[in-house]
This record gives sequence, structure tokens and C-alpha cells, in this order.
Amino acid sequence: MLQYIGRRLLVAIPTLFLVITAAFFMMRAAPGSPFDMDRKLSPEIEANVLAQFGMNKPLGEQYVDYLAGVVRGDLGPSLKYRDKTVLDIVKENYPVSLRLGFFAIAIASVVGVSLGVMAALRQNKLTDNVVMTVAILGVCIPTFVTAPLLVLGIASKLGWLPTAGWNDGALANMVLPIVVLSLPQIAIISRLTRAGMIEVLHSNYVRTARAKGLPEAVIVWKHALRAAILPLVSYLGPACAGLITGSLVVEKIFNLPGLGKFFVISALQRDYTVVMGMVIFYAGLILVLNLVADLLYAVLDPRVRLA
Amino acid sequence: MILASARAETITKAQAVQGRSLWEDAWRRLMRNKAAVTGMVTLAVLVLAAIVGPWLSPFTYDQVNKSDVWLPPLANGHLMGSDALGRDLLTRLLIGLRVSLAIGFVATFVSLVIGVAWGAVAGYVGGKLDEVMMRFVDVLYSLPFIFFVILLMVTFGSNIILIFVAIGAVEWLTMSRIVRGQTLTLKHKEFVEAARASGLNRGAIIARHIVPNLLGPVVVYVTLTIPAVILAESFLSFLGLGVQPPMASLGALIAGGASDMELAPWLLIFPSIVMVTTLMSFNFIGDGLRDAIDPKDR
Repeated sequence: MLQYIGRRLLVAIPTLFLVITAAFFMMRAAPGSPFDMDRKLSPEIEANVLAQFGMNKPLGEQYVDYLAGVVRGDLGPSLKYRDKTVLDIVKENYPVSLRLGFFAIAIASVVGVSLGVMAALRQNKLTDNVVMTVAILGVCIPTFVTAPLLVLGIASKLGWLPTAGWNDGALANMVLPIVVLSLPQIAIISRLTRAGMIEVLHSNYVRTARAKGLPEAVIVWKHALRAAILPLVSYLGPACAGLITGSLVVEKIFNLPGLGKFFVISALQRDYTVVMGMVIFYAGLILVLNLVADLLYAVLDPRVRLA
Repeated sequence: MILASARAETITKAQAVQGRSLWEDAWRRLMRNKAAVTGMVTLAVLVLAAIVGPWLSPFTYDQVNKSDVWLPPLANGHLMGSDALGRDLLTRLLIGLRVSLAIGFVATFVSLVIGVAWGAVAGYVGGKLDEVMMRFVDVLYSLPFIFFVILLMVTFGSNIILIFVAIGAVEWLTMSRIVRGQTLTLKHKEFVEAARASGLNRGAIIARHIVPNLLGPVVVYVTLTIPAVILAESFLSFLGLGVQPPMASLGALIAGGASDMELAPWLLIFPSIVMVTTLMSFNFIGDGLRDAIDPKDR
């Protein structure tokens, strides 16, 4: 197991390297520079500023310097937010995104799995049809539609919840963002669970469990569910990528101090180091979560051997 | 003699009964699926509206009317109201739908071409090449894609061609995996062996014998990719990186509507309805096709 984790982490290094390289050169290929101001800098000042950040060197050399920095755990200073390093910015802002993402996926898993199991147990009956109709709606209504509509209805018109803002993570401020983030995930998770459950309920070992006279609840929740949620586990990686996309929108609409909003702004301002830092952060996160998903898969399914 | 011809007739008749192809079967099953048929009819209406609608409208999508600012629906000839510049929402919505659908179709086509070529070659040739090609797909899979699309848009400025290419380049991965899997099962079939025995080269076998036979799963995946692409474009437009004003897409309209929703909720509600309807029709068709072409899942 440890050996497997070690090997996976080793394989992750070239992937990260590729991500960094691609992002670095794409960012630098963009026209404009972080020091473009409304008023043009005099050439002497511009030269000094560039020299301060090592940007007067050839691009190849800057790339090697940057890589060396990343290896040492130094992501460099922000080019736009003076006195702040990229690590500062990531540290200050990721807890908001992470907290929203965590709650969203936790709620989506519990609700989605319950709905999926309910639908599978009553296949082609009313409950099933209702759940699946809601699920297809959930897949088709994007976050940037649900978010403004919920704000308009629940926050603006009814005044039950605040329309936007973080307010140091007050529960009332988190409800709508979490609901918006979790709705599409609930939809996908319930569909996956239903499909997995229906297949497993027809399998031989469930018939064996029934023949042994086990209570239905034990069969469903202990024996069948464990195998039925396997597709769900492999969905975990992409789901987190989806949450990142969702959180870009949600942070914008609800004006939350998360990482997502920095990404687009920094990219537009050519704040090279901040953009790179965030790409590395998210790529690392996705790699780790994919690894966790594979490990969970092996724990749940004894037929899978990690090699 | 008469007997023989009668027998011949019965045989042809019997063949006529049996001779229903896989596709005819699938079509019958699809037609029996109410949700899929509803989806197809709705989609046909939407496509027609997107193509013809803007011509029938008395307004153009970028026509500013200073006297018609913030009109609610039905006022002054604007069936769905107007926006802050007095532009007719219905006309903009039709144009936006046209842009979104076009991006959906074109970008999906890009992903289809790359994905099918990549997957079929990897699967058919096999060995080291297969390993390298699929490893490449694995690596790309683990990237935070939306970041790269955003970087692309920022780097090269947002123009519509780039949106096609960028989104298409993101969506081909799953396609190539599906195609490779199918190719692996096809390549040991007798007809492929026959083609090889008759001296056909690899390229021709892939193009003429492998690809036509993996259409089923590909068609299903295509109908599910189109809504994903439309969604991706809308997402970019929502962040201000997609199509640029005064051009509209469904996402751009929703983004605009969201910022003015207190003042003019219709600017948010109508585009949202059209967006959701479009996505749902595609999803219903895709689900219906999957059940029709691959009945074992039912």
C-alpha cells in the first residue's frame, strides 16, 4: 500500500512538471505584461522593475529559475499585490474555497446516495421517476443559472438569507453557495448510485445474502451499497474538478474571498506568479484526490489489487 | 419450376422480415421513448428558431434603442422586453442560441475527429504506441482543464474560432477512450481479419472497417458532448472570457441578466429557460439513444 502510494506520487511529478511548463509558456506568450499601467513607465524604471523580478533574463533562464523555486517550495512574489508572496495569497484564500467544496461534496454524497438507493429499490415506480426527473434537471441547470435565480428568489425577494458576502464564514452566508455547488453533484451522484445499485441487486452474492435470510436493510446498506458506490468513487476525481469550476462562478456571484476569483483576475492582469501558483495548487489537489479515490476503490472492492 | 419460384419468394419474404438492420431497430426503440422524442421535437424547434428567427425579427441583436430602455416583456413590440441599451431581448436570445448551438456542434465535431482518430489508431496499432498515446490521455485527464481554457482565452484574446478549438481540444479525451475500447474488441473480428488477409493497409482498415463499426457508442457520446460544450462556452462567457459584446451567447446573456436581475428579472429568466430547455433536449436524446443502441443497459 505505502509502496503504491509512493509510486503514484512519483508518477505525479512528471504530470505536475508538464502542467507547470504548459502554464508557464502559455502565460508568457500572452501579450502585455504585469507592469502595463495607464501611464507608460519610463524605460529606466521599467528596466529596474523587470530586473527586480528577474524578468530581464532570457525566458528559458526564467523558466529554470521558476522551476528551481517551485522545488524549494518558493512560488515567488505576486507581481500585482505588492508585499505579498504567492504562498500568502494561496494561504489566505484557499480555506474559503476548500470549506465550500468540502461541505458541498459531503452533502451531495449523503443526499445523492440516499436518493439513488431509494430510486433503485423502487425501480420504475413513482419515487424512481420523480428522483430521476429531478436528477436530470440538476444535471441540466448550470450553477450560473441556479445561483442568480436563488439569490433573486430567496435572498432578494424573500430576504431569508444574505445575498452575498462571506461575513467570516457565517452559516447563513454559506447556505446558498453550498446549495448551488452541491445541486449538480447530487444529481450526478444519485444517477450513478441508482445505476450501480440496480446492477448489484441482481448479482449472485446479493441473492446468496437473501437466501441466508439476512434482513433487507443489511443486504441493501451493508452488502449491496458497498459495491454499488464503486462507480461513484471513481467519479470523485472529476467531481472535484467540477467543484473548482463551480466555485469560480459561485465565488464571483456571491462575492466570496476564495481562490477562484483570483485566477481570472490575475490571468487578465498578467500576474504570472499568482496564476502559476494557483494552477500548481489545483493540479496538486486533483492529483491527490485521484489518488485518494483509487485507494478508496481498493478498500471498498476486495477484487481490486493495487499494483 | 413453379414450386422453386414459390420457395424463392418465401425465402425473399423471410429475408425481408429478418432484414431489419441494427440502426432500424435502434430507431424504432428511440421512437418509442417519449422523453427522447420530446427532446428531438424541442431541439428541432430550437434549431429552426435559431436559424430563421433573427431574420423574422423587426430588430437586430445589436440595435440600440434609446427610447426603449429596460422595457418589461410585451411592451412596445419587445416580446421579451429589452435591456439597458434598449436592445430587443428576444432577438438577442435567438442570436445567442444560434451562437451557442454553433459552438456546441462545431466544437463537438472537433473533439469527434481528434478523439476517433486518436482512439482508433491507439487501439488498432496497440503495443508501445497504444501505451504512449493512452498515457498521454491519462496525463491530460488529470489537469485542471478549465484553467487551461481560461489561459488560452486570456493569451490569444477571445475569438470564436479559438473557443471552438479550445473546448473541442478539451472534450476529445473521453471520446478517445471510448473509441479505443471499441476498437480493441473489433480488431479481432473476422471481417477485420479478412480485410487484412486481402492485403488492405492499416490506414484503410481503420478508416473503412473499424471506424464505421464503432459509430453506435460514438453517436451516443456525441449527443452528450454537445450540451457539455454549450455549458463550457456559457461558463466562459459568464466569466467574461467567451464571446464578446455586442455578440451574444446563452451564457453571456445569462451573465448580463444576473447582474441586472433586481431591476429587470426577465433578462435573467428567459435566457435561463432557453438554456435549460436546450440542455435537457440534448440529454433526453442522448439517454434515449443510449437505451436504443445499447439495450443491455435497460
